[in-house]
Amino acid sequence: MQLKRKDLLGIEELNREEIELILETARSFQEVSGREIKKVPALRGKTVVNLFFEDSTRTRISFEIAAKRLSADLLTITKSGSSVAKGETLLDTARNLEALGANLIVCRHRASGAPHWLARNLHASVINAGDGSHEHPSQALLDLLTVADRKKRMDGLQVAIVGDIAHSRVARSNIYAFSKMGAQVRVVGPATMIPRGIENFGVRGQCPQVFYDLGNGIQDCDVIMMLRIQQERIIWTPFSSLTEYSRFYGLNREILKRAKEDVIVMHPGPVNRGIELEPEVADGPHSVILDQVANGVAVRMAILYLLSGHS
Amino acid sequence: MKPVLDAEEIKQAIQKIAREILEEEELLEKVVLVGITTRGVPLSQRVGALLKEAKGIEVPAGVLDMTLYRDDLSRLSTHPVVRRTEIPFSIDGKSVFLLDDVLYTGRTIRGALNALFDLGRPDRVGLAVLVDRGGREIPIEAGIVGIHVEAKKEENVVVKLKETDGEEGVFIE
Repeated sequence: MQLKRKDLLGIEELNREEIELILETARSFQEVSGREIKKVPALRGKTVVNLFFEDSTRTRISFEIAAKRLSADLLTITKSGSSVAKGETLLDTARNLEALGANLIVCRHRASGAPHWLARNLHASVINAGDGSHEHPSQALLDLLTVADRKKRMDGLQVAIVGDIAHSRVARSNIYAFSKMGAQVRVVGPATMIPRGIENFGVRGQCPQVFYDLGNGIQDCDVIMMLRIQQERIIWTPFSSLTEYSRFYGLNREILKRAKEDVIVMHPGPVNRGIELEPEVADGPHSVILDQVANGVAVRMAILYLLSGHS
Repeated sequence: MKPVLDAEEIKQAIQKIAREILEEEELLEKVVLVGITTRGVPLSQRVGALLKEAKGIEVPAGVLDMTLYRDDLSRLSTHPVVRRTEIPFSIDGKSVFLLDDVLYTGRTIRGALNALFDLGRPDRVGLAVLVDRGGREIPIEAGIVGIHVEAKKEENVVVKLKETDGEEGVFIE
């Protein structure tokens, strides 16, 4: 099994075998991150460009570390401090980077579909690091790896995704990812944050179940994935105040008891402590948030490695 | 496929490898075995079992995958599957014996040596192979060889071991 793709744009287009290959490769890379010398020569001579048109710390740094551990040359371009601020178009910027020898372009953009458009117009491989409220495939893959490492199985797992489903690319990618791997996904949130038609979204026969009540939504769940309230992406008010949201949809120790005893709690970060997640839960025994961060590097190394074979 | 070694001859070749390791490191004090994926791994386990039989000492054994150190990675259109390296002990100051099934061009061993030295600084490194088929492209030789086989460039030397292939034998095809 090999990954015969130029780009990684979303989980939607991946099949189960491809997902498993990426996870298996990531497991091999977990070992590299545990070494004293955290570097392998696999991508020597390749150039990776992080092209981030939207603020990001975690994902950008994670891709940077991944590229460096693979010995690739790396440059990071953000919106401010580049010619993008002078009005250069996305495609012009990317074509210039390609002319400079970029082999892999990791792109984050607030417009859904921006990386896809780049991928169609460039020879370089394009990795979607988050496009608008569409997909964030590397996040879903690191979430799968974290769950697989903890639960040792995926079939039949009950996975609740809680929060702003409508605006979340993490939710969308994870609905595809977990349902493709045989888990049952539930989406939980206020009606204003659950998009219409979500019950027909994803993989046929594995579509998400909808819950408007947090307690019922996480009842007997194996995995709870809390989404961040994205104050920067919401343009209208889907609830009257953050306090109200927190009261009904914040995960605390008390309500967590309704999930399975060995439930794991995930969060893509950064956490709004005290809003969607009580600090005692974020730091508690069920939390795997820091495992997610560590696995992010291994998964991104796997993605860079598997795609960079393409010429 | 022309058979070259049968199960019994493989057994004898592995016994020869274990014997020669003992000749080099009689007390086995610092010895660790590192099998190169895929078939170096069962080889290292079998050699380890023989060393235990002879001296009553459990010699640490690990697995090394050198895919990320291949010299042809940048020429391949799709990158090969990476397998897990598992060396759960320090190799600093150790006497490491690398084990592989077939020694041919020497390129795998070149990559494996680089991979090994990214993991630590052994006192010395030895190389033991089940079959040396000649045809070196770089100046690397095995100190311990189970058996020498004459094979032409267009021929393929295939090693099959129970653990990985369900049967035993060395063939030329």
